[in-house]
Amino acid sequence: MNWAGLYTVLSGVNRHSTAIGRIWLSVIFIFRIMVLVVAAESVWGDEKSAFTCNTQQPGCNSVCYDHFFPISHIRLWALQLILVTTPALLVAMHVAYQQHQEKKLLVLTGHADPKHMEEVKKHKMRISGSLWWTYVCSVVFRLLFEAVFMYIFYMLYPGYQMVRLVKCEAYPCPNTVDCFISRPTEKTVFTVFMLVTSSICIVLNMAELVYLVVRACARRGQHNSNPPSGKGSFYGHKLSSEYKQNEINQLLTDQDGSLKDMLRRNPGLQEKGDRCSAC
Amino acid sequence: MDWGALHTILGGVNKHSTSIGKIWLTVLFIFRIMILVVAAERVWGDEQDDFICNTLQPGCKNVCYDHFFPISHIRLWALQLIFVSTPALLVAMHVAYRRHEKKRQFRKGDQKCEYKDIEEIRKQRFRIEGSLWWTYTSSIFFRLVFEAVFMYAFYFMYDGFRMPRLMKCNAWPCPNTVDCFVSRPTEKTVFTIFMIAVSSICILLNVAELCYLLTKFFLRRSKKAGNQKHHPNHENKEETKQNEMNELISDSCQNTVIGFSS
Repeated sequence: MNWAGLYTVLSGVNRHSTAIGRIWLSVIFIFRIMVLVVAAESVWGDEKSAFTCNTQQPGCNSVCYDHFFPISHIRLWALQLILVTTPALLVAMHVAYQQHQEKKLLVLTGHADPKHMEEVKKHKMRISGSLWWTYVCSVVFRLLFEAVFMYIFYMLYPGYQMVRLVKCEAYPCPNTVDCFISRPTEKTVFTVFMLVTSSICIVLNMAELVYLVVRACARRGQHNSNPPSGKGSFYGHKLSSEYKQNEINQLLTDQDGSLKDMLRRNPGLQEKGDRCSAC
Repeated sequence: MDWGALHTILGGVNKHSTSIGKIWLTVLFIFRIMILVVAAERVWGDEQDDFICNTLQPGCKNVCYDHFFPISHIRLWALQLIFVSTPALLVAMHVAYRRHEKKRQFRKGDQKCEYKDIEEIRKQRFRIEGSLWWTYTSSIFFRLVFEAVFMYAFYFMYDGFRMPRLMKCNAWPCPNTVDCFVSRPTEKTVFTIFMIAVSSICILLNVAELCYLLTKFFLRRSKKAGNQKHHPNHENKEETKQNEMNELISDSCQNTVIGFSS
């Protein structure tokens, strides 16, 4: 499991994201993960071996390095990127759950042919109802993780600038000892770059949050002024059946959700329900 | 996520590029990214370890290396290549948006929609006109800007693209002016000149593509203006159709990006 594996997992989520969500995902993968793998890792590659202290005292080098770099930038960024990308999996899990419910319904209503099953897998879920809440939570968590890591960075490495020289007096260093960091300018450049992209991602997440909230309010306003006509006459033939399915799904998920309860409430489905292996 | 993944992402954009755009993408992947991964990274691999200064003063080597190489060539090239290849994603996003709109139209059961099924929409290649033309032209413009900016950054940082054998350093804590020796200077000079040359070729290709797009745009406009003046008769329609077919044939090009493994 490496960055490529994470990319595969998250590309699937991409389909059910908003446009801003897709832009955010591209920025993460191209300007953060790719730059980390392709460039930043080689800059920090020799950070310990080339960390030189002006002393012959054994152990002083290691102790001073550990004192000034409790966690390396590279590892912090790797953790940040993993934690920031994983809330999207909440959405993926919810979508998978909804698809599973739709498939169960298809089986119950006798439409369990491969064509309909494929369509359930392929069609894009609308971000409404409980999926909207899951999506909004994932965006909030992303924002939270980004902010927390930016703060941790600031606490550990105040000012984001990498200095050339640090003065160390931790035991066993005999006195205050000069220690020199390897490639400080290059490291500063990359730190600033990663900081800027992180800020861009925060801005994109906030924009996405605002967009989702505005869309939900607009939908609510529309719903209040135009009560639904039931058949969904605004949509074409295929969408109206999808719309019906989504509505039935919502009913299923809003209520108990268990099949037996559904059968009890709809005795007409009992016959078809007998074919259901999940009962 | 590495160069291979970028190749996969940009390979999709290739289908909607002009012929010059496809050549540009091939040059980018084979003569720049591949050379970087396969050769240049090895040359610069020991750049700090083998940077030797004529002093025993601890820290002097680190400081002198940092002074003469604020950002390594390899990292600059990696950033340049990432920035130069990403404007193509604007085009990919625009195409994806158009496809999405066409799919929505198709699902609504629009009579105007001429596609037989969703698969056809997915496979269709869009012509570079209308708003897609503007997106495409902007992406080329950004590519040019990024190439130029990085070339300038290179020239500014490394004073003329040549790697000297010896550098004289007197930054603290070096006690005096100290001689520092760069590892593999000639090989580095060769690769620097090679990458600069290929970068210039890419700039020329981008300029050519921009000119081609502008010419096509003005030709199309004048054709439209010309057709509006005269009444469209049967012969003109046939001519127009034949011209369009000819254009399509000259525009389309076999996919020449050869896949490679990183």
